Amino acid sequence: MEKRVVFRSAWLPYALVAPQIAVTLIFFFWPAAQAVYYAFLEQDPFGQSSRFVWFQNFEDLFADSHYLASFKITALFSVLVAFSGLAISLLLATMADRVVRGALAYKTLLIWPYAVAPAIAGVLWAFIFAPSIGIATFYLKRLGIDWDWLLDGDQAMLLIVVAATWKQVSYNFLFFLAGLQSIPRSLIEAAAIDGASPLRRFWTIVFPLLSPTTFFLLVINIVYAFFDTFGVIDATTQGGPAGATQILVYKVYYDGVKAADLGGSSAQSVILMLIVIALTVAQFRFVEKKVQY
Amino acid sequence: MVENRPIATFIAHAVLIAGVAIVAFPLYVTFVASTLTYEQIVTVPMPLLPGDQLLHNYTQALSSGSERGSHAAVAPMLFNSFVMAMGVAVGKIAISIISAFAIVYFRFPLRNFFFWMIFVTLMLPIEVRIIPTFKVAADLGLLDSYAGLTLPLIASATATFLFRQFFLTIPDELAEAARIDGAGPMRFFRDVVLPLSKTNMAALFVILFILGWNQYLWPLLITNQESMYTVVIGIKRMISGGDATSEWNLIMATAMLALLPPALVVILMQKWFVKGLVETEK
Repeated sequence: MEKRVVFRSAWLPYALVAPQIAVTLIFFFWPAAQAVYYAFLEQDPFGQSSRFVWFQNFEDLFADSHYLASFKITALFSVLVAFSGLAISLLLATMADRVVRGALAYKTLLIWPYAVAPAIAGVLWAFIFAPSIGIATFYLKRLGIDWDWLLDGDQAMLLIVVAATWKQVSYNFLFFLAGLQSIPRSLIEAAAIDGASPLRRFWTIVFPLLSPTTFFLLVINIVYAFFDTFGVIDATTQGGPAGATQILVYKVYYDGVKAADLGGSSAQSVILMLIVIALTVAQFRFVEKKVQY
Repeated sequence: MVENRPIATFIAHAVLIAGVAIVAFPLYVTFVASTLTYEQIVTVPMPLLPGDQLLHNYTQALSSGSERGSHAAVAPMLFNSFVMAMGVAVGKIAISIISAFAIVYFRFPLRNFFFWMIFVTLMLPIEVRIIPTFKVAADLGLLDSYAGLTLPLIASATATFLFRQFFLTIPDELAEAARIDGAGPMRFFRDVVLPLSKTNMAALFVILFILGWNQYLWPLLITNQESMYTVVIGIKRMISGGDATSEWNLIMATAMLALLPPALVVILMQKWFVKGLVETEK
C-alpha cells in the first residue's frame, strides 16, 4: 500500500530517518558485522594478536560436547516453557471466556506478571525454592523429596522452567482470550444444539479455529525461551549446576564476557543469528497466512 | 454463554481462582518476606503472615541498601530505572514516528533500503552481538552513563511498523487539504499526524516503558559503578551467594519496589497495555 499524496523535499526525509538509521548502523549493523568477522578469527588470550582461521571456530564448537549439550538443553528448555506456558494459559483463557461474573477481575489478576522483569521472576522463585530456607523446599522435604537445585541439574531446570513459564502465562493468556472471543458464537451454538458436549466442542471447533493464534504464540514463546530468559538464568542457576541449565544465550555471554573467548563466543553469536532469522521468517509466514484468512 | 451448566461454570471459577492464586503466590511470599526480620526469614518454615518490619526494611533498602552483598541504596537505582525506562520509551517513539512519517509521506531514493534496514534490526537482538556492541559503547565513552543505558536500545522496528501501518490508514484527503492550505510537511506532521497518533503512542508507551524498566543484560554489561545500577541489576548484586547468608528481607523489599512501578502501569493502564501488546506483536 502506498500513499497517493506525498510531500516533496530533497533533504527532509533523510533528516527524519537519520536518527534511527544512525542508531541501527552504530549499535546494530556494525557490531553484528564485527561479530561475524571475529567468528573467523583466533585471538591469543591477551588480545595481542589474531589470525584468520576460516571455519576453525565453528569446527571447534561442533566438536565441543559442552556446546552440543547446550543445544539439547536449550531445546528441552524451550519446549518445556512453550508447551507448559501454552497449555496453562489456554486452560485459563477457556475458563475466563466462559465466566461472565468477575471476568475483568480475573483478567487483571492474571496479566500483571507480564510487568515483572525476568531476573526478578527468577529471584522470587529461587527464594521460594531456596535449598535451605525456601518455603516450598520445606514442604517438598516433608514429602520426602530431597530438593536442592544447586546440586541437582534436573531440579535446576525445573526451577527455571517454572520461573520462565510463570512470567509468560499472562502474555499467552491475553492472546488466547482475544482469539477465543473472536470465534463466532453461532458456530458454538449450532454445535451445542446438535448435542455436542463442551469438551467435544472445544476439540472439534474451538481448538482448530485457534490454530493461527497457537502457532503465533508457539513462535513467540520459543523466541522468549531462547533470548528473553537470560535474566531468569543469571539470577538463579547461572547455567549451573555443571552446565545443566546453560542455554545457548547464556553460553555466549559466559564464554564471551566471563571466559573472554572472543572467537568461540562470536561463532556462537553467528549461529544464534541464524536461529533468530529462521524464527523471524516463521513469524512473518504466520502474518502472511493471517492476512489471507 | 451457550447453555446453562452450573457445574461447568463452577469449575471455571474454581480453575480461575486456582490460577490467580498460583500466579499471585510468589508476590505474596515476597511481600511477607519484605515485612519480616532477617531472623524470621531464615527460620524454616518462614512465617506466612506479614510481620511488623515493613517500614524498617523499606526505609533501609531505599536509603542504605543491604549490609552484605552490594551496599548500594535502592532509591537512586529506582531513579536510574525510571530514567532508563522513560529514555527508552520516549526515544523509541520519537525516532520511530519521524522515520515512519518520512517513509510513508515522501518518495526518495533508498526509501525501501532504509525501511529494510530498520526491519533487519528485529533479527539482531542484543544477545547475538554482546561483545562488539559493548566495545562500540566503550569506544564512544558511553559506559556508566544514561546515554549508554538508553541510546543503543532506541532503534525500534516494531514501533516503526506500527506507525507506518497507522499512517497508511490516515485518509489522503487530510494531506491534500493541508497541502492546498499551504502547510508544509512538518506543519502537517505537528498539527494532523501527531494528534491522530495519540492513542497509538500511549499504547506503545506502556509496552516500551515496561520493556525499558525490565532490561537486564545491557545494563549488566554497561554499568560498573553502583551509582549507575538499575534496580533489576541492584537486586542481583544484593544476593551475595549461599542462600541463608543474603539479607532476604531487604532483597524482597527491593524486589517489591522493582516490580511495583511496571505492575501498576499494567494494571492502571490496562486498556492501553492490551492494545499496545496486541498491535506491536505482529
